[in-house]
Amino acid sequence: MTLADLDRGKRAVVLGYSDLMEPSTARRLFDLGLAPGVEVTMVRRAPLGDPVIFGVGDYEIALRGIQARCITAKPAG
Amino acid sequence: MGHAHHGGGGSTTANIGLKRFAVVGSPNSGKTTLFNALTGLHAKTGNYPGVTVARFEGRMRVDERDTVVVEDLPGTYSLDPISPDEQIVVDVLDTDHRGADQHRATVDVPDALLVLLNATTLRRSLGLIAQLHQTGLPICVVLTFTDDLARRQGRLDVPALTRALGVPVVPVVAGHRDGVADLRHVMAESDTWSTPVVAPPTDPAEVTAWIESVLASCDYQVPEVDHRTRRIDAVVLHPAIGTAIFLLAMFLFFQTIFTVAAPLQGYVEAGFGWLGELVAEHIHIPWLSAFLSQAVIGGVGSVLVFLPQIVLLFVLIAVLEGTGYLARAAFLMDRVMARAGLEGRAFVALLSSVACAIPGIMATRSLPSAKDRLATMMGAPLMTCSARLPVYILLVSILLPAGSRIGPFSGRGVVMFALYLMGAVSAMLVAAVFKKFTSRGGPVLPFYMEMPPYQVPRLKNVAAEVWAAVSAFLRKVTSIIMTTTVVLWVLLNLPLRGEAEMMAAGVDTGSDTAVAAYVIDHSYAASVGKAVEPVFAPLGFDWRINIGILSSLAAREVFVATLGQVAAAENPEEPAAALTEMRVQDGPQAGRLLFDAPTIAALLVFFMYALQCMSTVGVMRRESGSWKWPAIAFGYMFVLAWVLALAARTAVAALW
Repeated sequence: MTLADLDRGKRAVVLGYSDLMEPSTARRLFDLGLAPGVEVTMVRRAPLGDPVIFGVGDYEIALRGIQARCITAKPAG
Repeated sequence: MGHAHHGGGGSTTANIGLKRFAVVGSPNSGKTTLFNALTGLHAKTGNYPGVTVARFEGRMRVDERDTVVVEDLPGTYSLDPISPDEQIVVDVLDTDHRGADQHRATVDVPDALLVLLNATTLRRSLGLIAQLHQTGLPICVVLTFTDDLARRQGRLDVPALTRALGVPVVPVVAGHRDGVADLRHVMAESDTWSTPVVAPPTDPAEVTAWIESVLASCDYQVPEVDHRTRRIDAVVLHPAIGTAIFLLAMFLFFQTIFTVAAPLQGYVEAGFGWLGELVAEHIHIPWLSAFLSQAVIGGVGSVLVFLPQIVLLFVLIAVLEGTGYLARAAFLMDRVMARAGLEGRAFVALLSSVACAIPGIMATRSLPSAKDRLATMMGAPLMTCSARLPVYILLVSILLPAGSRIGPFSGRGVVMFALYLMGAVSAMLVAAVFKKFTSRGGPVLPFYMEMPPYQVPRLKNVAAEVWAAVSAFLRKVTSIIMTTTVVLWVLLNLPLRGEAEMMAAGVDTGSDTAVAAYVIDHSYAASVGKAVEPVFAPLGFDWRINIGILSSLAAREVFVATLGQVAAAENPEEPAAALTEMRVQDGPQAGRLLFDAPTIAALLVFFMYALQCMSTVGVMRRESGSWKWPAIAFGYMFVLAWVLALAARTAVAALW
């Protein structure tokens, strides 16, 4: 699964980044705290469906679906 | 290193030899608040050489003897840059100028860094510290939002963090002076700052492990979810309620700008009217009295009327930004902006352009993508700015009588609304076209936007932002607009005409009005206006309108002042009535009402699209770093204005 598949309020652990993602983008997501092993919560979706707010560790960040689809994850415990 | 390239408003040349501190941190780490607290309102804005990024620096005293320079670097999450803002941070901190090309060599390297760590996002922020140690510059960590951390049941042992990082750590809470005073003492001793025994790692896996060890050693307890922010977001970002709140906020935004400002504008107008009477009463040299009342008071006054509107607008935007709502507005609008190939933050820039394109263009700095920034910059001048407002009001009031109705609504109101709507739609379309045109082949930047917790806006930050905008406006009024109205007044009143010549032309020299009308009709300005007639004749403009358009190149408001000068010469009692009765003087259409419906439609459309604002051109040059983009903007907007004005004229002539 990817972060784009998360339902509201559900949590997942980041596994890595899809091969389709530019290395610079992957590096940036890493610097933003979306690193492998980090637990992410899907907080809410914008009224028009995109972007989506994720809770990452101690803060919240909005990502578009196109990026969320490139972050692989597994459901958290 | 050359200091001549600094654009710091002249002050930076005096900063040679002073110790430089650079403030580094991620967006939302409290950087601007700290910078304002350190330098007060004395910061100078300039530009980094050759790029679109603004540079802020200011001086501060650290003790009785020493003054230092503090530079506010753009917010960055990482030293692997993906935007021009972030590239600047890397360039400034590149101590040995490895890639020393021309513009890097002209950027001053700071002597020490003040690195902001947001205590509530410590895990993410520590990665930046690890990278910053690679620069070899002395580091002092400024720990912010410790009050938020405590409120959200988080925990952090500051002395332990100091030991773990090996550098000085100073907690500074916004609004409390103690922290700033401590920081000042620490800055005075920057030669003795400690450095870590072992530099932090750079490999991603090792960095993660290093961050974990630092967090563990300083007993970091991750703060709880910010319940206050979550509760507000549950309402403000709710699909139905949130959308309604957003629309209501936008409605109130415009209502405030246009209705609350109106009485204040009345006071400004009354003030200038009083000044004019004073001049008429006490100055008895006719030409001097006319010069002061028409050129100085009339010209500058007709523009300063917009001061209340501009102050209000910037207060509103600064408050919305300070609370964190602008980030939510950008989040809500992202999908809409995506249709134009842009992102939510471009919405904020376009919204600011309703006041004035200049702050709108400056707001494009928040866009990480250089292409988005350019596209937004190209579209922003099409938003209906407050300078168009007096032009629109004048023309619409000539076009439609006060009582006219379209359905249940006021006819004038509907036309004004349509003009605003057309401006906004055009701005989006143009931005979309430029985005398509410039982004062929380039890499796509990821979209990410931090959602900051809601806060009570800081008075000092609001004041700093409003003051920066207002002082820029006042500079524009006292320089560009003042000069134009004075030059125009001279051109409208020269050459001097002898009484004999007027008698010969059959002018009643006993009537001041007839004399004034004759002087203007045969002035230098009239010659210029007639010279450009071939360009504007298809749109139905005569030389008097042409003069208005040429003078409005300085600033759109001048159009009203110019027509006012012309009309007042013909009918000093009721200049407005003189305009509605003005007729084309010569040529094939002689005798036609000058301001008939097709001509007004053409004028409205012309002003909607033409880039009649040299300040905007200037800011575009500053923000885009070259004359290329302002030249393109001026060219495309003039062509668009001329063609669409002709279309509007033709359509209205056929239908009216």
